[in-house]
Amino acid sequence: MTDKPFAITLDIGSSLANHTGSWRVERPVYVNRRPPCADACPAGEDPLRWLYQAEERGYEAAWREIMAVNPFPAVIGRVCYHPCESACNRGQLDEAVGINAVERFLGDEAIRQGWTVTSSALPTGRHVLVIGAGPAGLSAAYHLRLLGHDVTVRDGGDQPGGMMRYGIPAYRLPRDVLDTEIARIVSLGVRLERQHTVSDLRAEAAGFDAVFVAVGAQLGRRIDIPAGDGARVLDAVTMLHDVADGQPPLLGRRVVVYGGGNTAMDAARSARRIGATDALVVYRRTRDRMPAHEVDLTQALDEGITVHWLSTLTRIDGDRVRVERMRLDDTGFPQPTGEYEDLSADAVVLAVGQEADLSLLAALDGVELDGGNVRVGPDLMTGQPGIFAGGDIVGAEQTVTNAIGQGRRAAQAIDAYLAGSPAPATPPAAPATFERLNTWYYCDAPATVAPRLAAARRVSTFDEVVGGLDESTALFEARRCLSCGNCFECDNCYGVCPDNAIRKLGPGLGFEIDYDYCKGCGLCAAECPAGAIDLVPEQARQ
Amino acid sequence: MNGQRTFFYQVGTFAVGNRLLDPAMRAGQADPDRANALTSGHRACQGCGEALGARYVLDAAMRATGGKLVVVNATGCLEVFSTPYPETSWRVPWLHSLFGNAPAVAAGAAATLRAQGRDDVRVIGQGGDGGTVDIGFGCLSGMFERNDDVLFVCYDNEAYMNTGVQRSGATPPAARTATTPVVGDRSGNRFGQGKDLPVIAMAHRIPYVATATVADLRDLEAKVAHAMSLHGARYLHVLVPCPLGWGTASGDTVRVARLAVESGLFPVFEAEHGEVTAVRPIRRRVPVADYLRLQTRYRHLFTPTRCDDVLDAIGAVAEDNIRRYGLIEHRDVEHREVSP
Repeated sequence: MTDKPFAITLDIGSSLANHTGSWRVERPVYVNRRPPCADACPAGEDPLRWLYQAEERGYEAAWREIMAVNPFPAVIGRVCYHPCESACNRGQLDEAVGINAVERFLGDEAIRQGWTVTSSALPTGRHVLVIGAGPAGLSAAYHLRLLGHDVTVRDGGDQPGGMMRYGIPAYRLPRDVLDTEIARIVSLGVRLERQHTVSDLRAEAAGFDAVFVAVGAQLGRRIDIPAGDGARVLDAVTMLHDVADGQPPLLGRRVVVYGGGNTAMDAARSARRIGATDALVVYRRTRDRMPAHEVDLTQALDEGITVHWLSTLTRIDGDRVRVERMRLDDTGFPQPTGEYEDLSADAVVLAVGQEADLSLLAALDGVELDGGNVRVGPDLMTGQPGIFAGGDIVGAEQTVTNAIGQGRRAAQAIDAYLAGSPAPATPPAAPATFERLNTWYYCDAPATVAPRLAAARRVSTFDEVVGGLDESTALFEARRCLSCGNCFECDNCYGVCPDNAIRKLGPGLGFEIDYDYCKGCGLCAAECPAGAIDLVPEQARQ
Repeated sequence: MNGQRTFFYQVGTFAVGNRLLDPAMRAGQADPDRANALTSGHRACQGCGEALGARYVLDAAMRATGGKLVVVNATGCLEVFSTPYPETSWRVPWLHSLFGNAPAVAAGAAATLRAQGRDDVRVIGQGGDGGTVDIGFGCLSGMFERNDDVLFVCYDNEAYMNTGVQRSGATPPAARTATTPVVGDRSGNRFGQGKDLPVIAMAHRIPYVATATVADLRDLEAKVAHAMSLHGARYLHVLVPCPLGWGTASGDTVRVARLAVESGLFPVFEAEHGEVTAVRPIRRRVPVADYLRLQTRYRHLFTPTRCDDVLDAIGAVAEDNIRRYGLIEHRDVEHREVSP
């Protein structure tokens, strides 16, 4: 006799005994792909990582995430041209995430809260000389200190900061912000020697284990334009430097700025602030070919700056300049037309590019120059072992962000050089493309635009033009991040698995796939909003 | 900056959960302790919409009833793949009898519980479209007519998939099945046949009728919860794509269900006592071809030549649904937000 009911012969069992994972031909795997913002950042930041913290109101953790890479969040939050936002996948959905504005909020919050960093590395006993206290030099000094090296920074200026202080007007970068972030670096134990212009590198390098040269491109390029008596001609770099020093030059009422880059915009806008009633930019090509960033041009136009397109300066006299009309040829290059026009001008500011004074390096054995730049290897080392160079003098894009990235790269390369081992090269993760996102799950919302001072108020002062986000708008903006290519724990995979084969590990821990039951249907990967799951073919069993 | 919506999430209410949301505001499926009424190891095909839909519905019902639930299952895929003797994937009290009598057995279970004074235990009857629309239809209509205290759930995959993809009364026009082949000038299932069971259920004036899909979990969970808050005969019709029978990629199950709704071919609505009370509007409308093209059961509409006449006729069905149910809302924003 059996104790089982009528017609029942077997003990009841659970389907858990049936490991359906053996059906699988593809295996879902959680991945961390490289988001386009990180790919685009010249400073080497990974904005997604700190936006993730900011989304949870973990502002300090977010700030520390930035500081691991970039010691200038509040500066960069103001002066960066945010290529991250141009690359942002959300731009294809509604509007790019305001990454730069959130970074500024975090940088400012750190200043408000007095957050600082400390170095936990053991002292190495090695000493590195950094020449130039601009963004590249200070970034290198910061990272070298974090790595445990002693650092001395020598700079010819009265105050550290380089172009951040003497090139970028205060209405774009208030000096108290700059001072605070520089002081934070110095307080890590960086030895800063001001008003110390290095001219004999070989002599000064004695006693140091490595040198990083980041003197910047401080010379305004001059061009030959016939000038009559009484013509007042300045270069933009000098003019901005003098303005920053509190000794603005006398320009008169009507100022012509020659050039089409960001420096031309800065010079024109500063000219208005030091008393010029009219600031006219003369540029030889058209707006779409202008090297100045759109935001700078827009703000300049908003402030009443006018631009004379397709024009070159051919002669400068005491109170007037002569311009020649240009036309673009088939290759987009401006060609003269022989038509001239006179414009009244009390002063002319040349903003036609900047050059580096490389005499410092030219005398060294093995150092090669390449058309105004220093030739360096991929590790930023010059032909002279132990002498590294970076920033504006190596032919890279001349922005603060890029200089900060160069400083960090140099610090890593110097660290590897001092250790006698090459820096480990980790191949970048596969890109997190827009096509991999499942945008159904994202709501549409426009970017939060940072508030701006009224143009009328802006032109007369060096007060900051672009305002910051407050806590609630910064949080809103951070939460617009799509987390491209990286899990943000939306639970979709856990929900849509028809086989209940995904384990939820708890807050911050993500998920795990139970391959005993996963049939490899691919629903989790298809419905992952962020595209953070790859399907990988299973290998045939031996 | 005024009127800024601070509590906007990168993923709104469309996703299953979100680490930024209070757990109480996430979908039931986000709960690490969800019931998993249909657990792992079942033998449903890869990407089975019915397995997914059944777990969604029964987990939500378990939540709504505090686990006091009895389920009666008609014959069909769901029964076959979950209970090969002596194994079971069910983690609820579960009963299977015949293909055609599940609504009657469910009604009997409800009557038995009432006779025992167990009014705390609720009853769900469930089956596929074959067991519901065709074979069990008489019993179901009787259950509706008597207003028995049962929620009957139809997991509609639009054909008899278990026995090899034969046409059912829920098979849509032009779909190819084993019994509606594409031969000569016959282009799959005929137009003008079949049954619209949610509308038939509404005609019984029962307390609650709703449609849903596996593509909108929160909507589905809300409907189950609402249904379990009511008594009397209730009917839930859930669209569950079948990768095998529809000829879709196994990872496309949710996507194809979403496109069924967004094209207008599957209206999602609720009705009480015979009146439509709520409609889920189309969010991002797509042409019907976008939905059909993913499915090999409609391949003959696109290759070797595109059958615009048939596609237009299917498009007209979608238009008719959109007009009938008001599926397109005129709104200037489409945000579905979560408040703090």
